[in-house]
Amino acid sequence: MAKDDNSGKDLTAADSSSVGHEGAPAGTAVVVRDAVANPGLPPHRPRVTDLNPSAERRAERTVYTLFYLSIVGSVFAIVAYMVFPIIPEEPDSVRLNNLFIGLGLTLALLAIGIGAVHWGKALMFDHEGVDERHPVRGSDETRERAVEIFHEANVESGIGRRTLIRNSLIGALIAFPLPAVVLFRGLGPQDTNPAAALEHTMWKKGTRLAIDPTGTPIKASDVTLGSAFHVIPEGLQDLGHGKLEEKAKAAVLLMRLKPEDINEPADKKDWSYDGIVAYSKICTHVGCPVALYEQQTHTLLCPCHQSQFDVTNQCEVIFGPAKRPLPQLPITVDSEGYLIAQSDFTEPVGPSFWERN
Amino acid sequence: MTTISTPKQSDGRKAGRRSPLASVALIAIGLLFTGGAYAAFSTSTASAETNAASQQTVGEGQKLFAANCATCHGLEAAGTNAGPSLIGVGAASVDFQVGTGRMPMQLNGPQAEKKAVQFTDEQIVSLAAYVASLAPGPALPDPSLLDAEGDAAKGAELFRINCAMCHNVAGAGGALTQGKYAPALAGVTEKHIYEAMVTGPQNMPVFNDMNISPESKRDIITYLKYLDNNPSPGGFALGALGPVSEGLFLWIFGLGSIVALTVWITAKSN
Repeated sequence: MAKDDNSGKDLTAADSSSVGHEGAPAGTAVVVRDAVANPGLPPHRPRVTDLNPSAERRAERTVYTLFYLSIVGSVFAIVAYMVFPIIPEEPDSVRLNNLFIGLGLTLALLAIGIGAVHWGKALMFDHEGVDERHPVRGSDETRERAVEIFHEANVESGIGRRTLIRNSLIGALIAFPLPAVVLFRGLGPQDTNPAAALEHTMWKKGTRLAIDPTGTPIKASDVTLGSAFHVIPEGLQDLGHGKLEEKAKAAVLLMRLKPEDINEPADKKDWSYDGIVAYSKICTHVGCPVALYEQQTHTLLCPCHQSQFDVTNQCEVIFGPAKRPLPQLPITVDSEGYLIAQSDFTEPVGPSFWERN
Repeated sequence: MTTISTPKQSDGRKAGRRSPLASVALIAIGLLFTGGAYAAFSTSTASAETNAASQQTVGEGQKLFAANCATCHGLEAAGTNAGPSLIGVGAASVDFQVGTGRMPMQLNGPQAEKKAVQFTDEQIVSLAAYVASLAPGPALPDPSLLDAEGDAAKGAELFRINCAMCHNVAGAGGALTQGKYAPALAGVTEKHIYEAMVTGPQNMPVFNDMNISPESKRDIITYLKYLDNNPSPGGFALGALGPVSEGLFLWIFGLGSIVALTVWITAKSN
């Protein structure tokens, strides 16, 4: 290892502790005589490669073998790329391609690294040296000169004197980031209150409930006891742009329970239809899809943070970090027997947001 | 003989026709005929499948049921406090529960575990025939739906929408509430996958033919069989459990090897 300017002494026990109290006036400090002595650095121990020429040759062999291995690895990776190409429609080919190219590159890089470290540890000179810390404080001369430079700069540029230039520059620097703020705002919803987009979904009075992903409307008679349907509003699949945004808000889980199992308050009596209930699939905690429905315990489980909702009891939270029950979609049937929504959700779906009432 | 008997017969016929009970008897015979013919006709069309399960099979199943299942499900299969009613669950349900070894249940717990099958195939057929004879329910699936040669991509989409939240997108299974879990689907037979979808065993919801058509169920089975028969393109799947197993692997082996390398680099050569 090359020594730098500060490594003054070569491996001598540092004796800084012995100078401890020399500067203190007599009688103001207690000299502790049994203080732990500085053990200093361990004695220099020569390596096997320093003492034994055959060990040195062996180490040399190891290092260049590793470097040659690295070349082999690189060539192997190239050959593997040609021999194991990725064939479309064949997942196995991807696996073989990745595996062998990866093995080749691993060998190429690891062999260089291990060889270089081994070279440094076993063969390069092993002088040990002590580097003293630089004093943090600069010399008085340097400090004075620094202040002088600031003064000179002020006088020469006139920034203190020409206040109009200074202030206009400060103003320009403040104004510069403003376009970025405006451009970012342009990414959000335009001409509407962004919070309003969160308060409404695609559901409205008379929208038929349809099966995800086909969009087939659901008849009440299709929903047998114990069933769970993953529901989207009819017409969602016809939306071009913004389909996923609408789906993310309007996704609903439809379940049929025994009507006597459901405990409904008087004002929500007609929100279900003959034991068929529809609840928002968006967790009120952070918005994961809650669709792990247990048809015997009537529990809905959110897979992200284990919030549990009791379907028999307005989906109230019975466990986990969610704070509000899942919003219920009021449903009924139309004249043809298809399930339809009575209205939109009566509260915003999903997690809380700043403007939520 | 004939000449003598003929007048006697004609006399009797005449007397019979005149009898006030004759018309009643005639109507009764007619009703019996039409009713019997209708009954024969309707049973032959409505339960063409159950015809295969002869009365003898049903009787066999009833005996097996009384010996093995009635403790919990009741002698009439109407359920007790220990087990649900089996009236109307259908042959598919019995074939799934008994055919995968979940029933008879070994011990009370969060859910019935899959274990070694306790009955022979013939016994399962008899049990299914008996339970199916109690009330109509989902029948055994048609073999043409179990060939796993549908559209795997469509099946994968339906699986992601309807099944993956519990069973994991790679069918590796997952935890539910209070010790219950959705089992892994690797290696489950096509028939049992189909029956589970139709009957909704234990806490699994029912996916009837209006929700997922039989053809779509075939696609889902195709997807699951595709997963079974094709190795993960990414190599080591680590149980396909996602961030839990992958993170654990990285923490132990990834960070472990970095620590080991660091120790080696900084150690003095001997």
